[in-house]
Amino acid sequence: MRKLLDAYSPHFADRLALFALLVLVVAALAAPLISPQNPYDLAQLNIADGRLPPGTHAGSDTATGPQHYWLGSDDQGRDMFSAILYGLRISLTVGLSSTLLALAFGLSLGLLAGYFGGWIDTAVMRIADIQLSFPAILIALVLLAVLGQGVGKIITALFAVQWAYYARTARSAALVERNKDYIAAARLLGLSTWRILFRHLLPNCLPPLIVVSALQVASAISLEATLSFLGIGLPITEPSLGLLISTGFQYLMVGDYWISFFPGIALVLLIVSINLVADRLRDVLNPRLQKQ
Amino acid sequence: MTDSPASASRSSPLVELRHISKLFVRSPDLAARVAQKLGAAVSTETVHAVDDVSLTIARGEIVGLVGESGCGKSTLGRLAVGLYAPTSGQRFWYGEETGGAPGKQTERLAIDELPASERQAIQIRMQMVFQDASASLNPRMRVGAAISEAPLAHGLIKRQDREDWLAQLMRRVGLDPSLAERYPHQFSGGQRARLGIARALAVQPEFIVCDEAVAALDVSIQAQIINLFMQLRADLGLTYLFISHDLGVVRHISDRVVVMYLGRIVEVASAADIFERRHHPYTRALIAELPSLSQRHRVYQPVQGEPPSPIHPPKGCHFHPRCPFARAECITERPALREIAPGHWSACVLEP
Repeated sequence: MRKLLDAYSPHFADRLALFALLVLVVAALAAPLISPQNPYDLAQLNIADGRLPPGTHAGSDTATGPQHYWLGSDDQGRDMFSAILYGLRISLTVGLSSTLLALAFGLSLGLLAGYFGGWIDTAVMRIADIQLSFPAILIALVLLAVLGQGVGKIITALFAVQWAYYARTARSAALVERNKDYIAAARLLGLSTWRILFRHLLPNCLPPLIVVSALQVASAISLEATLSFLGIGLPITEPSLGLLISTGFQYLMVGDYWISFFPGIALVLLIVSINLVADRLRDVLNPRLQKQ
Repeated sequence: MTDSPASASRSSPLVELRHISKLFVRSPDLAARVAQKLGAAVSTETVHAVDDVSLTIARGEIVGLVGESGCGKSTLGRLAVGLYAPTSGQRFWYGEETGGAPGKQTERLAIDELPASERQAIQIRMQMVFQDASASLNPRMRVGAAISEAPLAHGLIKRQDREDWLAQLMRRVGLDPSLAERYPHQFSGGQRARLGIARALAVQPEFIVCDEAVAALDVSIQAQIINLFMQLRADLGLTYLFISHDLGVVRHISDRVVVMYLGRIVEVASAADIFERRHHPYTRALIAELPSLSQRHRVYQPVQGEPPSPIHPPKGCHFHPRCPFARAECITERPALREIAPGHWSACVLEP
């Protein structure tokens, strides 16, 4: 454990980021166990408890009984702390699953394009170019306008805007690796194309992709927050962090800062910690540094 | 084969390359094609890496292939094992001796025209040992897995026999079997060369192309690896095409030596002949540069001039711009390989 941590980074800031990320992930996973109320269960909400400032003790007529609203409540009477925990869950689910889908798809296409070249390469890369020539938010907006709201749909939209990055990164790595002699040796040994692609090419193309995908999780989360803030991401009954910020935005002018502020802090913390950890991963996974 | 100038005279053939050429063409991009359509003189660049080469290698023979860097010797090696598809020409493989005692019938197979499954069976009989052993080993695969992968995939060994088989093979190439679970970067250069050899041997090849296989090693390790090659030939009856720019190594190991210049074979002879009775002016120039104990205080005299660009090779004999004996006909006509003595072929018009 100690050795693993030393291998990761000797710096305090990097370790703090890793720690913060772990805390956020654990809090998101354990949300139903540690949150005072279920913000998605309308029976546990009382609209009369709406917009309570942080630290208020209230809620005597809800199903969960009276409680402290440590971070205040939103306009629907949701406990902000609980809403943030559940919002983290959604943000992480959306970010991770869209990234994994896009990684699997883009990686496969990129490897095929890089290894075989020719028309496969041209076709895949031109489609990726077209996709990348539109702003991600525009594609996501159009897709969501067509598909409608929902977690599955936003994952689809984020997948559609992300796969091209992986296809490009995987292709460029595959172009370098396929000309190395270990691939020539594998071909001479009569190994099947699938085996060469997945046992020889893939593991050697993976390190840059792991770094890209770690960074992409953060950008997917912030894109989801943007879409939700614009009101087309997730339904109001299942608020993500972006939607919570959006709700509180209307009340900022009257001084009810906490509805936007605390989810905003959580979002910033999540994205910064993912970025810092991803940055370290890039160094740790660099095979040239690894050898020492 | 009598029509193949570089044929082996003494015993039954194993591999034959006939009139093999390899062109590398830089295909014009979109802009260049548009320019061509509009009438601009955009030339497509073609490199004649290997130009009409015929070579037959006998069973159990070691053929040394020498020449300057860029002369196409590595390309020829890769053509021989089938890593490159030839632009023109054929590869033949002589199967097991099928006939009765005196006739010695061998079946000649045009490898690249066979159905895929038969081709595959012959193809794995030809392996290659690469120059850069660390680039030729998958850095993310344990060496034991890398060596045993292909024989397992082809069913040459059974999974339960793998351990014993691997230990035996690793000992055969001089490696400790307990190192099988390590990764390539945990080995020294000499050990990696042995790993490359073990991987090639794993599929029971008959013909191995060694592409500068010892060039990256220091001299003491070179000697060990060369001895290993010799030992393996004695034990397993292997046939080698040994590509090297190091004439000293080639002289030591080869039965026959092939000299290449700019994509063409210029001289073929037994190792002794090429050093004692060299004929082609290029071969003479190459061998004159060998350091020797008897000529300590010799003035260094490099071959005159630069090797010409393979994109625009000289007409006629490729060597004529640098040749001290060039005549008028050398500038216009490509000299054919001719037999100047039994088993000694040279592509030069000079009298032997």
